[in-house]
Order: sequence, then C-alpha cells, then structure tokens
Amino acid sequence: MKHLLSTADLSREDAIRILDTSEQMAATQDREIRKLPTLRGKTVVNLFFEDSTRTRISFEAAAKRLSADVINFSAKGSSVSKGESLKDTALTLQAMGADAVVIRHWASGAADRLAESSWMRGAVLNAGDGTHQHPTQALLDAYTMRKHLIGAESGPGAGIDGPTGNDLTGLTVGLVGDVLHSRVARSNIFLLHTLGAKVVLVSPPTLVPVGIGAWPVEVVHGLDAALETYDLDAIMMLRVQRERMSGGGNSFFPSPQEYTRLFGLDGDRMRRLPDHAIVMHPGPMNRGLEITAEAADSPRSVIVEQVSNGVAVRMAALYLLLAGEEGGE
Amino acid sequence: MSPSAESPQDSTPVRSTPAGSTPGAARALVIENVSLLGESLAHIVVQDGKIKLVRVADAAQGSDSAHSSDSAQGSADVLRADEVPEGAARIDGTGLIALPGLVDLHTHLREPGREDAETIESGSRSAARGGFAAIFAMANTTPTADTAGVVEQVWSRGQEVGLVDVYPVGAVTVGLGGEQLSEMGAMAMSRARVRVFSDDGKCVHDPVVMRRALEYVKTFDGVVAQHAQDPRLTEGSQMHEGVVSAELGLTGWPAVAEESIIARDVLLAKHVNSRVHICHVSTAGSVNILRWAKAEGINVTAEVMPHHLLLTDESVRGYDPRFKVNPPLRTQEDVDAVRAGLADGTIDIVATDHAPHPDEDKDCEWGAAAMGMIGLETALGIVQKTMVDTGLMSWADVAHRMSQLPARIGRVEATHGLPLSQGEPANITLVDPRAAWTVDPNATSSRSNNSPFGGIVLPGRAVATFLRGKPTYLDSRFEGSFA
Repeated sequence: MKHLLSTADLSREDAIRILDTSEQMAATQDREIRKLPTLRGKTVVNLFFEDSTRTRISFEAAAKRLSADVINFSAKGSSVSKGESLKDTALTLQAMGADAVVIRHWASGAADRLAESSWMRGAVLNAGDGTHQHPTQALLDAYTMRKHLIGAESGPGAGIDGPTGNDLTGLTVGLVGDVLHSRVARSNIFLLHTLGAKVVLVSPPTLVPVGIGAWPVEVVHGLDAALETYDLDAIMMLRVQRERMSGGGNSFFPSPQEYTRLFGLDGDRMRRLPDHAIVMHPGPMNRGLEITAEAADSPRSVIVEQVSNGVAVRMAALYLLLAGEEGGE
Repeated sequence: MSPSAESPQDSTPVRSTPAGSTPGAARALVIENVSLLGESLAHIVVQDGKIKLVRVADAAQGSDSAHSSDSAQGSADVLRADEVPEGAARIDGTGLIALPGLVDLHTHLREPGREDAETIESGSRSAARGGFAAIFAMANTTPTADTAGVVEQVWSRGQEVGLVDVYPVGAVTVGLGGEQLSEMGAMAMSRARVRVFSDDGKCVHDPVVMRRALEYVKTFDGVVAQHAQDPRLTEGSQMHEGVVSAELGLTGWPAVAEESIIARDVLLAKHVNSRVHICHVSTAGSVNILRWAKAEGINVTAEVMPHHLLLTDESVRGYDPRFKVNPPLRTQEDVDAVRAGLADGTIDIVATDHAPHPDEDKDCEWGAAAMGMIGLETALGIVQKTMVDTGLMSWADVAHRMSQLPARIGRVEATHGLPLSQGEPANITLVDPRAAWTVDPNATSSRSNNSPFGGIVLPGRAVATFLRGKPTYLDSRFEGSFA
C-alpha cells in the first residue's frame, strides 16, 4: 500500500490488515506510556485546505503517538477564492521532505491528483476530498462495528488466510441521510461491501445520487420503512449540512422538521432496532435534526468511542504506509 | 502574398516564392495522382489561387470522368506539358485523399484577452495543420465579440496572418450576459460580415431573449448557435451525471439540461420560422429530439465534437482535468448515438470546440480546472477513426460534413466548402489516411497543450493544406517541393 485514497480500491486483505493493526495500536493506548518509537524521524504533514479541527487533531494525535514529526499546514483557498495552488503546495512539501501527507481538500479527487501527479513523492493519505472519499472514517466505523458486533478473532468471517481478523460478513448496516454529498457514505458503502456487510441506504430521493444503480446497496426512502424491512445491526446517522436546507430552489427537502419526521432517529425509532444494534454518527451531530439527544446519549450509542477508535485506525494507516517503506515494498 | 507564414515560430516552414513567379501570388501547383474524396484518381492543377484543371485519371470509376474541357481527348491520366504552369511545384498525391479545405464552425482563439492561451496566429497555424481552411472564432473573448469593432479586429487579424480565413462569431447578448441583445446588425454589416451568433460557453437561457434573437437574425440571414445548457440544472457541474459521477463524488451535469434547451429552441425556431444551430450535441436524447425536429421540417442544424465521438465519462476516473470539458464526456450509449446521428445526417457537421487553456488551468485539482480541450489537429484523425474506418461514413461524407455543410451553415459557401472542380478557389486539404500517428500534446502548433488524446493512436491526418492555392501547412515529407 503506497497511498490510502479510497475504500473503493482497497482490497479485503488490506482492509482487514488495517483493522487488525488498529487493534494492536488500540492495545498500546491502554499503557501508561502511549508513545511508540515506530515512526521516529518521519515527517507527516497535515495539509488542510478545508477546516476540520476534529480530523486534524485525530491525525495529529495518531502521528505523534508513533513519534513522527508533525507539521500542520492550513492552506487557505476554496473553489470560490483560489489561494495557493495544490501543485505549489505539494512542491513545497516535497522540498521540505514530507514522508506522508494527510490531505483534506474541498475538491473531489484532490488526493488522487496529489498521489498520481509528479508533484511529490511521499505517501498520500486522504482525509476527505470533496464529496468523494474519507477512507479512515469508514475504517474506524468498520473497526467499531467489528469490535461491538463480531469480535476480532471469532465469528462468521474467521479463518481467512493472511490477516487473522474477521470481516463483517452477516451484518446489515443502515446509512441514514445525505448520501449525495457525503464522502463518509461513499467510503462506508464500498468498504462495508468489501468486508461482506449488507448496506441499506435510508435517504430522501433528492439526496441519493443519480447513477446509484451500480452500487452494491439497497435504498429505502424512509426510516420507518427501513426499520420494518431490515434487522439493522448498526445504524449510522449522517450529518445533514445546513446549506442543503437553505430554502428556495436550492433545498433538498422542504424543512428541517419534515426531515426529522421522516429520517430522524429518536428514542422510539431506536427501540425498534434489534437489541444488539449500535447507533453511530461520524460527527459533528445536529442534535434534534438527524438524531435526538436520547438516541445520541443512549447506551447503544458508540459515537464517542468512534472518535477514540479513529486515533487507533489512523495510527495503523500511518504505520502501514510509512514503517514498511525501507524494506523496499 | 508570400506563401510563407511569416512567423519565426512556424514549425513547418513553407519556402518563399521562387524567382520568376508573380510577386504576391501563390506559386502554381500540381497535385498528381491524388484521390478525389477517396473516389477517383486525379491530377489537380492550381494557379492564381484557383483550381485550373482537374484531370480524373481513372475514368472507369468517376461518374463525372473529368472536370476539364480536355477530358474527351483520351489518355486522361496524363497532363500535357502545356497544362502544367511554368515553375509549378509538384506534389505527389499517391495514396492521399483530396478534400475541400475543412471548415470549423466552432473554435476558441482567445484573442483578444487571453493571448497566453492562444492567439489568432497560433490558432490559425494549428487549424491549418489540422487541415482547416476556415474557422469560426467564438465570441467569448475579452472584450466579448459583441461589437462591430471587436469582430472587425478579429477578422482583420485573421486575414493578416493569412493561414485560414477567420470568421468571427458575434455574441447574441452583450457581454454574454444573456439579457440584452448585442448589436448583431452592426456586426453583420461590418467588414467581418458576421452571420453566426452565439453566447457559446453560456446558454441563452432566457426563452424570451432566445426568441427575440432567433427573430432578429432573420434580418441578415443569420443563425443563432446555441450552447444548450440549462444553467439551473448545471450549477457547479463537473462531469456527466451518472454512474461515474456518483462514485467519484463530482457534481453531475445531467443530459436533460442539454436536451430540454434543445427541445425548447427547436420549438422556438419553428414558432418564429427562423434558423437555429445546436452547438456540441453530446447526448442520445439530444439526437432523438433533433431527429424529430428535422422530421417536422424545423430549420435546425447541429454539430458534434470529436471528443464526444471518441471518449466517455469513464475517462474521468483518475481526475485528470484534461478530460474536463463542457458539455462533459458522456456514456458509451451517448457516443454510439451521436455517431449514428452524424452518420444519418441528424447531426449535420463535426466541429472542434478547440478550447485552449494554459498549463496552470489544467495542472491542478479537477474542481479548480478550466473546462475545454484543444482539438484542431486531432479532429480529422478522430473522424477517420470513429466514422470512416468504422464504415459509417465515406471520405465524400467527410468533405460534406466538415467543409461543405459548415460553410453553408456559416454562410461562407461562396468561398469555402466548394467542390474540387475547375474554377473554384483552391482550398484543398490533402489527407494521408494511412499515416497513423501517436498524439503528442506538446507537439501541437497551438499555444496550449490541453489535449486529452495524448498517447492515442489516430489512423491518419492532414498532410497539406492550401488556402486559395497557398500552402498553409505542409508535412515534412513535402520539404523541398516548394523550394
């Protein structure tokens, strides 16, 4: 693995290897001294063209706990006001000797461009590109599901060659909300499929992309219908962006109240889930819109744990991209 | 006029006129054993900018065995010594196909305003190299070509460069703003004699403005060339909306945004009894609407671009902005439909939409990149690959769709798109249909290199272009022919 750009091109073996490595990383985080010397001397750059304090802090913590040097580079610029170009930024980072670049960018495909252009040589780790992909989010979600619903080393997917851990065969996962604009949804859909889970999208028709027929998913237009039809092992509430409901001809649904009525997860709907089902959210939540406080703060909610698992998964990704490279992979 | 391009940048220098010829006139020329439209072998004699004689050599094949009054004298395949003008340059046309000089109804030259991307001179050179004798320069320059002053400037500069006839397209609305009609009459009556009006790059989306434009251009037998794109349905659009856009997370440009405007505009053209031309048709649905409109007798013409004949949205995987174009690359089903539409005449012509952009607008992330691709030099090879070599079209059809009809739509049929026969202006393109070549974007004569076809092998290309008898492009194989 030279880069981590998308879950769509991640093999089952690589995905499970990342999850297994994450398990080991997580184990080290219970120790008194949590810092590992693994990436000493390596430089990891967090290159953020879009503000995301949570994701940046998570990657920063992951890199530091592996003893890498971390440079945070906030590049201003958007599709509206072009700042420094991605190319010039990449050339600068190359000149500074970055071993890995963690990139968050407003443009879909920016991480792919960075990896495939001749602008720089280091490993590229996609931390969210436009509405395309956010692979570490999907990996931490899969890690969380495996931990709660299957277990790492026993269960229906056990016994494959190579990596010893399990996949997610047998699970049914509901993704609820804005799939059209969601890199979290795209990343999850392809990874969950690769790992053997069944994916159910629960969205208003306006927030499902045209062309979804090619995806390995089932689509339901209403949370009540989804709860009736499927025994969901995990339900993931996607964040509804404020700009999607900005009224007039640009809104994707009539009102926040109507969205909540049809697609929001409240206590009643949560109690219709199977007893073992977990409630997930990539954060930050719009409490009262896509999820009520009762659901978000219930014992079934693993939302806070997703955040801590994120550090372990990102440690694993950085480790697998950087630690092996002297071996001539 | 010297046949020299008079430019130090000319990659294929054309030798100056030898002593003895009339100064200012192109040297006489004989093209021997060339295939006329791929149908019959002939010798073509060119003098004083006109075709002096066409001697069809293979009488058995030609229905019209000779275009010269001497045809009855037997031994038709030999030119008598007295038929060859003194000092004429000789070109061996063996294996080559002669077409009337190609006409591109849709080119962006960027001058005035973005001379870093293309100039009238560099664009003209690229056009001549692609086999074109005339090009229509779109109005989206800076300033916009919406006044007589700007179109006259473009026209005169084109004549000054002298490699192709550059016909400026006038803007339909002031500044391409879509609101106030530009002074189309002034442009029509100017020295540039504008007949084609377009806000290309932007759609004339307001139905009332479009109606008025269609009505108004009847004053001077003009045509409105519509960039069919509903602006509301394509806000922020990055690529064709479908399976690939869903996966790549790029905002979709739905086919219906093109088709709905075409449907509206053919109905408007019918209602006001005017003439509308549809730019860059890219979808199967558009072809169906046009087929219906033509069956209704509506006065509509349409063009397709080489890239829409060859590439699909699958090329966008990888996010290389060289594949970013407007309208976007569509699906294989659409490619098949526009090919079929071109073959059966539903789509009248091929035009290039040559759209140069400097490196910095393409060597970047997809979302920040400009839309458009250069195409003057690859158009003919792509048409051969997709239409001729597939059996969908003959070379005579190519002459019809890339020379005669575009000249007629643009109302320059008095000077371009004429048959290769005696007395006509010597606007001639020689094609070598067996000169397969690998496209190298950096080898172009355009000032920009944003071609998506790098590395693609095309089966043939133009090897010589003549504008009124003057060589405007000569392949290196002819080096010395004009020495």
